[in-house]
Amino acid sequence: MLIGTPKELAPGENRVAMTPDSAKQLQKLGYECAIEAGAGAAAGFSDAAYEAAGVEVIKTPAALWKACDIVAKVRQPDATELKRLTKGKTLISFFNPAGNEEGMELAKSKKANVIAMEMVPRISRAQKMDALSSMANIAGYRAVIEAGNNFGRFFTGQITAAGKVPPAKVLVVGAGVAGLAAIGTSTSLGAVTYAFDVRPEVAEQVESMGAEFVYLDFEEEQQDGAATGGYAAVSSPEFREAQLAKFRELAPEMDIVITTALIPNREAPELWTEDMVAAMKPGSVIVDLAAEKGGNCKLTVADEKVVTDNGVTIIGYTDFPSRMAAQSSSLYATNIRHMMADLTPEKDGQVNHNMEDDVIRGATVTFEGEITFPPPPPKVQAIAAKPKEAVPELTPEEKRAKEVEAFKAQTKSQVTLLAGGGALLLLVGLFAPVSFMQHFIVFALACFVGFQVIWGVAHSLHTPLMAVTNAISSIIILGALMQIGSGSFLVILLAALSVFMAGINIFGGFLVTRRMLAMFQKS
Amino acid sequence: MDYGFTTAAYVVAAVLFILSLGGLSNQESAKRAVWYGIAGMGLAVFATLIGPGSGLWLLSILLIAGGGIIGTYVAKKVQMTEMPQLVAAMHSLVGLAAVFVGFIAHFEIGNVAAAVAAGSTEDLGTFAKLIAKKTPAEISFLRVELFLGIFIGAITFTGSVIAFGKLAGKVTSAATKLPGGHMLNAGAAGLSFLCLIWYFSSGGFLPLFLMTLAALFIGYHLIMGIGGADMPVVVSMLNSYSGWAAAAIGFSLGNDLLIVVGALVGSSGAILSYIMCKAMNRSFVSVILGGFGGTTGPAMEVEGEQIAIDADGVATALDEADSVIIIPGYGMAVAQAQQNVAELTRRLRAKGKEVRFAIHPVAGRLPGHMNVLLAEAKVPYDIVLEMDEINEDFPDTDVAIVIGSNDIVNPAAQEDPNSPIAGMPVLECWKAKQVFVSKRGQGTGYSGIENPLFFKENTRMVYGDAKQSLDTLLNQIAA
Repeated sequence: MLIGTPKELAPGENRVAMTPDSAKQLQKLGYECAIEAGAGAAAGFSDAAYEAAGVEVIKTPAALWKACDIVAKVRQPDATELKRLTKGKTLISFFNPAGNEEGMELAKSKKANVIAMEMVPRISRAQKMDALSSMANIAGYRAVIEAGNNFGRFFTGQITAAGKVPPAKVLVVGAGVAGLAAIGTSTSLGAVTYAFDVRPEVAEQVESMGAEFVYLDFEEEQQDGAATGGYAAVSSPEFREAQLAKFRELAPEMDIVITTALIPNREAPELWTEDMVAAMKPGSVIVDLAAEKGGNCKLTVADEKVVTDNGVTIIGYTDFPSRMAAQSSSLYATNIRHMMADLTPEKDGQVNHNMEDDVIRGATVTFEGEITFPPPPPKVQAIAAKPKEAVPELTPEEKRAKEVEAFKAQTKSQVTLLAGGGALLLLVGLFAPVSFMQHFIVFALACFVGFQVIWGVAHSLHTPLMAVTNAISSIIILGALMQIGSGSFLVILLAALSVFMAGINIFGGFLVTRRMLAMFQKS
Repeated sequence: MDYGFTTAAYVVAAVLFILSLGGLSNQESAKRAVWYGIAGMGLAVFATLIGPGSGLWLLSILLIAGGGIIGTYVAKKVQMTEMPQLVAAMHSLVGLAAVFVGFIAHFEIGNVAAAVAAGSTEDLGTFAKLIAKKTPAEISFLRVELFLGIFIGAITFTGSVIAFGKLAGKVTSAATKLPGGHMLNAGAAGLSFLCLIWYFSSGGFLPLFLMTLAALFIGYHLIMGIGGADMPVVVSMLNSYSGWAAAAIGFSLGNDLLIVVGALVGSSGAILSYIMCKAMNRSFVSVILGGFGGTTGPAMEVEGEQIAIDADGVATALDEADSVIIIPGYGMAVAQAQQNVAELTRRLRAKGKEVRFAIHPVAGRLPGHMNVLLAEAKVPYDIVLEMDEINEDFPDTDVAIVIGSNDIVNPAAQEDPNSPIAGMPVLECWKAKQVFVSKRGQGTGYSGIENPLFFKENTRMVYGDAKQSLDTLLNQIAA
C-alpha cells in the first residue's frame, strides 16, 4: 500500500508528517511512500532528500490524495482535504474529534477510516506513538528558549569582574510533559526553577528534573491524576484560592513564568491573574503554552507577543513545535511510523485495522462509515499505581503489646520444642547404653553447629556447598579403612570397593568445587 | 601410633570441615575454605591409615589413588551445565559406600561372635576388639545403628541414581509411579521396620538383606515419582541423606569424626531442602509425595494474546534502555546460552547501561545452579542478585529479559488464588517497563500452568532456542 503526506495547509505550519528517515522505516514495514512536492521544505527536508530515500514525489495535493491508500499529516484536515477521502482510505492526523463534529461527519460519509493522533491512549505501550507528548516536549523546550530570547538578562548567576549577576528565577506551572521539558531546559540553562502542579504525585518527577516543587498548605485530599488517565482534573474552589494565594506570593520574585496548565476538553484555567502580572518586575516574561485554549493568563493574546504597561512580556504563540519544524517533524514522523507498525503486525505492507486493540481502537474516530468517538475506556489503566492503602499507625502501647505477645509466643514454642526434645532424649537415655550416649552428645552438637554454619552460606554458593559437602561426606572412607585390614575376604572386598568409590568422590568433589569457586569473579 | 593421636587428628579435621563450610559465606573466603576441607580430609585419611585397625596400606593407597584419578578426570571434564547430574552421581557413590560399610560391620559382629566362642580374641582387629568388649545390650544397639545406616545409604544410592538419570535426561523427567503409588513405598517401609525388629532380636543376615532390597526399592520409586522441576529439593535431600547415613555408620563404628561430618552434611542438606521448598511455597512432604496438588478451583482465564517480536525490536529496546535485568532459568542451561548472555551483558555494560541478574532460588535443577553457570561465563558475581534483593527494583527497570524460565516469573502465583503455585514467591518482572521472554515454543512450563506474563501487554515473546535468539540479537548490538 502507498502512504503519502501532503503539504500542510495551515498558515505558518512548518511541520511535515514524513521525513526521509521515517520513510525508510515505513518501507521496512512493506509500504511504499509518497510526498507532495515541497511538503518538507519548511522543515528542512528537500524533495531530493526524499527521493534519495526512495519516496515518490507527487506534484499536486489532489494527485497525492488520490494515489495514496494511507494519508499521514500533522494538522487537523480541512473540508477540502476530507472530501478527497474515499472508502477504504486511512487518514492519520491530529483531528480534534471533540470539537470537530463536521469533520467526523464528513469522514463518516466518505466511509474513510480516521485515526486521530491526540486520541492515542496514554498507556505505556502506546508511548511511542503519543504525538501529544512528543510535541509537548518540544513546546516546553521552546517556551524556555522564547522566554530567554525576550528576557534581557542571564539565566545563570555569575560573579564577574564587571559585577555580580543573580540567577533568573523561573516558575513552571503545570508539570505535564511540556512542563517537565521546560523545567529541564530551564535548570540546564542555570536558572533557579520552581514548579507547581495540582497533582502532588508529580513532585518527585519535578524534583528529579532539578526544580523545586511548590507545595501548598492545603488540607483537602488532592486528586490523584491516575484516575483521569494522567491528566489534571478540575480542582475545588478552595483549592484554587490556596493556589492563587501562593502564586501571588511568588509573583514579585519570578523573572520568567511558564504556564502549561490544561484540562482535557475545557477552557484553560486562569492561574496567572492580572494582579499577579502587575506585581511582576519590569522585564519579566510570561510564556503561556495554554494560549490556544484561552490561556492561563487572561492578558495572553493567542499567536502574539504583547508587552504590558509595567513592562512584562507575555508570549502567546501556539506554534512552538512548528517553530522547531525539523525536530518536531522527525519526532512526529516517528510517532506515525510506530502507529503504522502497530497497524501492520505482519510487516507485509497491508493495514490490519484491528478494532480489538486498545490503542488502535482508542485512536480511531471513524471506521468503515461509523463514528467511533468517543472510545470506550481502555481496558488497562497503566499510568500510576493505585494509592497505597494506609496502614494504620499503631500507638506505642499497641506496638508494645504486640511485641510482648510475639515474644511470648516465641518463648512458648521454643520451650515446648526444647521440653519435647529433651524429654525424648531422656527417654532414649534411659534405655540406651552409655557408649551410645557419649557419641550422641557429639552428634547433637555437630547438628547444632551444622545448622548455625549453613545458614550463613551465601545463596549463590549453594552449588559449591553441595559439591563440598558431597566431598566431605566421603568421610565414610574412614569406616572402610578401619576394617580393610581385618576379617575375611568378603570384608576386604566390600571395604576395598568402598574405599575406591569414596576416593572418586573425595577428589571429584573437591576439585569440582575449586573449579566452580575459581570462576566467581568480582567486576 | 596410638589411639590418642588419631583422635587428636580427628578433632583437627572436624574443625577444618566446619571452617570449610562456614567459609562459603562469601565468594572470596570460599576460595580459601576449599583448602580447609581438603586439608581436613587428608588429615583424617592419614590418621586413620596409621591409626589402629587398618592394614593393607598399599592396597588402600592404590585404591584411593585409582579413585582419585577417576575423580580428577571427571571433575576436569564435566561441563558446568552438567553439574546437577555430577552431584547426584556422587551422592549415589556415598550411599553405596555406606551400605557396604554397614554390611562389613555386620560381618564383623558375626566374626567376633565366632571368635569369642572359640576363645581366640587376641588376633581380632580394633573394631572387632571394641565389639568383643561390648555387652549384649550394646550389640543390639549397634545393630540398630548399622541397620539405619544401611537403610538410609540404600535409599540414597538408588534415589541418586534415578535423580542422575532424570537430570541427565536418561530417565524421563516426568513424575511416574508404579500402580499402587505411595502404598508401595509405605509397604516397603513397613517391611523394613519388621526386618528391624527381626534383626534386632536375631542378628541374622536375611532380615538385613531383605531390608536393603526394600530400601533400594523405596529410593528408586520415591524419586521416580518426583518431577524434573523439583530436582533441586531432591538433590539437596539426597545430600542430606548421604550425611545421615555417614552419621549412622559412625555410631556403629564408634567413630566420632564420622558422626560429626555426617551431622554437618546432613544438616546442610536439610537446610538447603528447606530453602528450596520455601522458595516454591510448598511443604517438604508435598514435594516428596510428588506432583502438584489438585487445584482448589478453576484457574483464572488468561486474556490477551502472546505477541512475538524479532531480534531487531529487542535490540532497539535494549538500545534505548538504561537499566536491564536478566532472569535466567533452566532453559538457559539447556540451550548452553550462558556465554551469549554474558557477551550481551558485557556489550550492554560497555555502553554504560546497568545490567543485573535476578536469580530465583529454585531456578535450574540444583540450588545455586544459575550462579555457577553465570560465573563460568565470567559474569561478575556482584551484579548477580537474589530474588529478595532485586524484586523491588523491577518498577524502575526499563527492560527485563526472561531467558528460559517460566514458573518463577508467573504472576498467577500472586494474582490467582486458585493457581497451583499460588503464594509461591516469584520475580515480579512484569513490573518492568518492558519484558522480553525467550522461549522455545508456546507451551507451558514444567508445572503445566498457563503463564499470564506471556500475555501481558508489556511482554514480547522471542520464540526459538535461547542460544540462537541471543546470537541474532548479538549481531544487532555492536560490540
